[in-house]
Amino acid sequence: MAQGTPESDRSLTLTRRQFVGAVTTTAGLATTGGSASATEDGVPVSLTVNGKHHAVVVDARTSLLDLLREDLQLTGTHKGCDQGACGACTVLLDGRRINSCLTLAVMHDGAELTTIEGLAEGGELHPLQRAFIDTDAFQCGYCTAGQIMSGVGCIREGHCGSGTEIREWMSGNICRCGAYQNIVAAVQQAAKES
Amino acid sequence: MTDMATGTPLSRVDGLLKVTGGADYAADHNPPGLLHAVLVTSTVSRATITGIDTAKARALPGVADVITDFGGVKLPFPAGEISFFGQPVAIALAGTLQQAQHAASVVAVRVTEKPAVTSMDDRQAIAVPSEEVADYARGDADAALKAGPIVLDNSFTVARENHNPMELPATVAQWSGDELTVWDKTQWVQGTGKHIAAALDVPESSVRVICPFIGGAFGSAGRTWPHQVLAAYAARRVKRPVKLVLTRKQMYSGVGYRPESRQRLALAAGADGRITGIVHELKTETARYEAYSEDAAELPKMLYTSPNVRSTYRLVPVDVSAGTFMRGPGFVTGAFALESTLDELAERVDIDPVELRLRNVADRNQITGTPFTQERFADCLRRGAEAFGWARRRPPKARREGNLLIGMGMASAAHPNYMSAASAVARINADGTAVVASATADMGPGTATAMSQLAADGLGLPVAKVRAMLGDSTLPTAPMHAGSATLASIGSAVHTASVAVRDAVVRMAVLDPASPLYQADPATVTVHNGVMSAPGHGSERYGDVLRRHGKDSIDSTQTWKPGDGKKASSYEFGAVFAEVSVDIRLGLVRIRRMRGVYDIGRVVNPKLAHSQAIGGLVGGIGMALLESTARDHRDGRIVNANMADYLVPVHADVPDLEAEFLDGADTASTPIGVKGAAELVIIGVPAAIANAVYNATGVRVRDLPITLDKLL
Repeated sequence: MAQGTPESDRSLTLTRRQFVGAVTTTAGLATTGGSASATEDGVPVSLTVNGKHHAVVVDARTSLLDLLREDLQLTGTHKGCDQGACGACTVLLDGRRINSCLTLAVMHDGAELTTIEGLAEGGELHPLQRAFIDTDAFQCGYCTAGQIMSGVGCIREGHCGSGTEIREWMSGNICRCGAYQNIVAAVQQAAKES
Repeated sequence: MTDMATGTPLSRVDGLLKVTGGADYAADHNPPGLLHAVLVTSTVSRATITGIDTAKARALPGVADVITDFGGVKLPFPAGEISFFGQPVAIALAGTLQQAQHAASVVAVRVTEKPAVTSMDDRQAIAVPSEEVADYARGDADAALKAGPIVLDNSFTVARENHNPMELPATVAQWSGDELTVWDKTQWVQGTGKHIAAALDVPESSVRVICPFIGGAFGSAGRTWPHQVLAAYAARRVKRPVKLVLTRKQMYSGVGYRPESRQRLALAAGADGRITGIVHELKTETARYEAYSEDAAELPKMLYTSPNVRSTYRLVPVDVSAGTFMRGPGFVTGAFALESTLDELAERVDIDPVELRLRNVADRNQITGTPFTQERFADCLRRGAEAFGWARRRPPKARREGNLLIGMGMASAAHPNYMSAASAVARINADGTAVVASATADMGPGTATAMSQLAADGLGLPVAKVRAMLGDSTLPTAPMHAGSATLASIGSAVHTASVAVRDAVVRMAVLDPASPLYQADPATVTVHNGVMSAPGHGSERYGDVLRRHGKDSIDSTQTWKPGDGKKASSYEFGAVFAEVSVDIRLGLVRIRRMRGVYDIGRVVNPKLAHSQAIGGLVGGIGMALLESTARDHRDGRIVNANMADYLVPVHADVPDLEAEFLDGADTASTPIGVKGAAELVIIGVPAAIANAVYNATGVRVRDLPITLDKLL
């Protein structure tokens, strides 16, 4: 699902040993800024999350999800399976939905991310957030951030022609409480508004 | 009062937090100085540990400790031994999650393996009586089977299932001197506090457990598991806060499962469809180190009039991790056998399945002989049949659309209305707001919302002025958030405390010469929007009388206890209807529509109750068609311990579902008229789907899940 940016393509050429070591052999990991380089503490990554710029040094093994949750303290994005199978960690990466557990933070130097914390604008909820409350599109709330971010992606992609189409394109996001029909109703409602 | 909060479809009070990422789940806590803990777990099912090599792990950057000695901690399995595949044997602790994960991956555990038996069907697996579910008999069921004339005698199996809530089990433990604070995923903050205190041999009063939000649990976070204890233990050892989050894979052996089961259900009936005898023989798998029984025997004994019943329950101890209650525990398993059998009986005697059940509906609990507090089982059946269009059902294999065979099926559901003593505090503030609190939890049904609604009505305040607090062990005593007991129990406590504190302020007013309500009869005082008034008197706000008495607030803590249940049996009832299609080329079953009709007493919030009910239907669809924990019995490994291979329903599997509730309050059960719903709404679902599959295809599947191989 992740789009291949030039940066991520380059980082993918690193060997596993280089990732795990992440010490001195990461010279091949050019950053868009061109100034930072890998150190013993990790790899410098700069990205914009919800409009805010972050320059951090991360362990090369860190997933984008763990960067958000453990390093940037943006805990609204949740870890459900850590294997790309449940969708709880869905965020928007350069405008597209992605499972943040299934990609490494160092692959996304220079990227722009939107997480659930950044969806509301100027204190105004996104129409899909409002719709989720209206239609009771959750119970426990744990998959909700991923469902909403995925729903925003689904609407932007134009996959909201029918309930069946929404169900198909939202099937990467599991809701174990079984709020599916209410989630579909929320996506439909928000799609009409957008 | 016409503008009661109770009964209105209020949106969740915590909805805003849940849609903005603001709801804090256990793993979201990152106290300063935190170490990440990762469990090392066993890769054999039975062995003696001969050594654990941690040198390689300890040498890695950032690693603070690798704990292999769980001495001084009380765990349910014997120390130094491996009792199941996936048992925690060491804990790696490091400054970052990545460092801890890497360290855990290089810990080498040396073992001397012993022969292990992990399948309940293994010849070496010996069934033993359950200590919790006694054998039962009334009349002579075996004689009834001999007498016939109609006899059905079949075996049913249900695969092991894992709860698989979306939230991973997580514990953050922080010691401050001898005081321990635990942010934990738990359905019972006080139970977990007690358990951890006992396991670490510290006073209960020194442990505080906090869990304001649960990311789903379905029973898996009810009892306290080893990882919760080990997180607190590790934090004490390293003198730093510790966060321990299980992986999805570790969940499959770490927080229980619905046990695999084998049932024989034999039923005798007359040609008129009246049941004359039931024999129910049941077995479930269990861990050797810990027995877990569930109420799978209850419904065949209780639900229908049958003069003769014999029921036995056996446990089969094997080298596996402990099972636990999972939504509708036991009841959904027993109902699958019973309601499938009734469907077969209906066909044999050529009576409509709904009519057949109506002929056998009991007007009293068939085990205890006591009448029900409210008995609307038959109403659920009739209403469901009408609303679903049951009359359009055709004989088996009679409906075809292209390559799809279409069928309809139904099943009954029933569950005891479990209730427990519960306490709550209600506080009225002088500024016109109020707080209600109890150490209960909310894993999704909307406990906080329902508490707010009940409190608002008890206090005479708008619901927006009431804040509900839960999920903290320092709050008034609450039972485990489980068994569909929360709203009936906690709701009754909230109601009692709210009315008590309202009455206290009213008493202050009528005794206060400065009050417009002075000398009014307290029984005539009504409170609306926080304004007290009485006929022939003026009115004033709660805050007015509180301020005159120099008080910022007034509160009352009350404990509600259920009756002893000796005179009447409190039960919830329901009926589930399903329409499926089966692709004759693929054996693929799809749900076309479903409807559940339920008697759960008063519905406090129809919007949230509907969500809970459709959630139960979705859980039942998973149990019927998808869910099965697959194991390799050569070593006991769970081979689909992930969410890609353990299938649960996704968006595309679930059409719009319908759920409705019969009007009316069961005030004989609780002062608020409420009964439970959470278990009831899954109970009839697998049987209804299996019966619909039979109606579509003519193939009777008695083994869950109904995968396509069973239909081809």
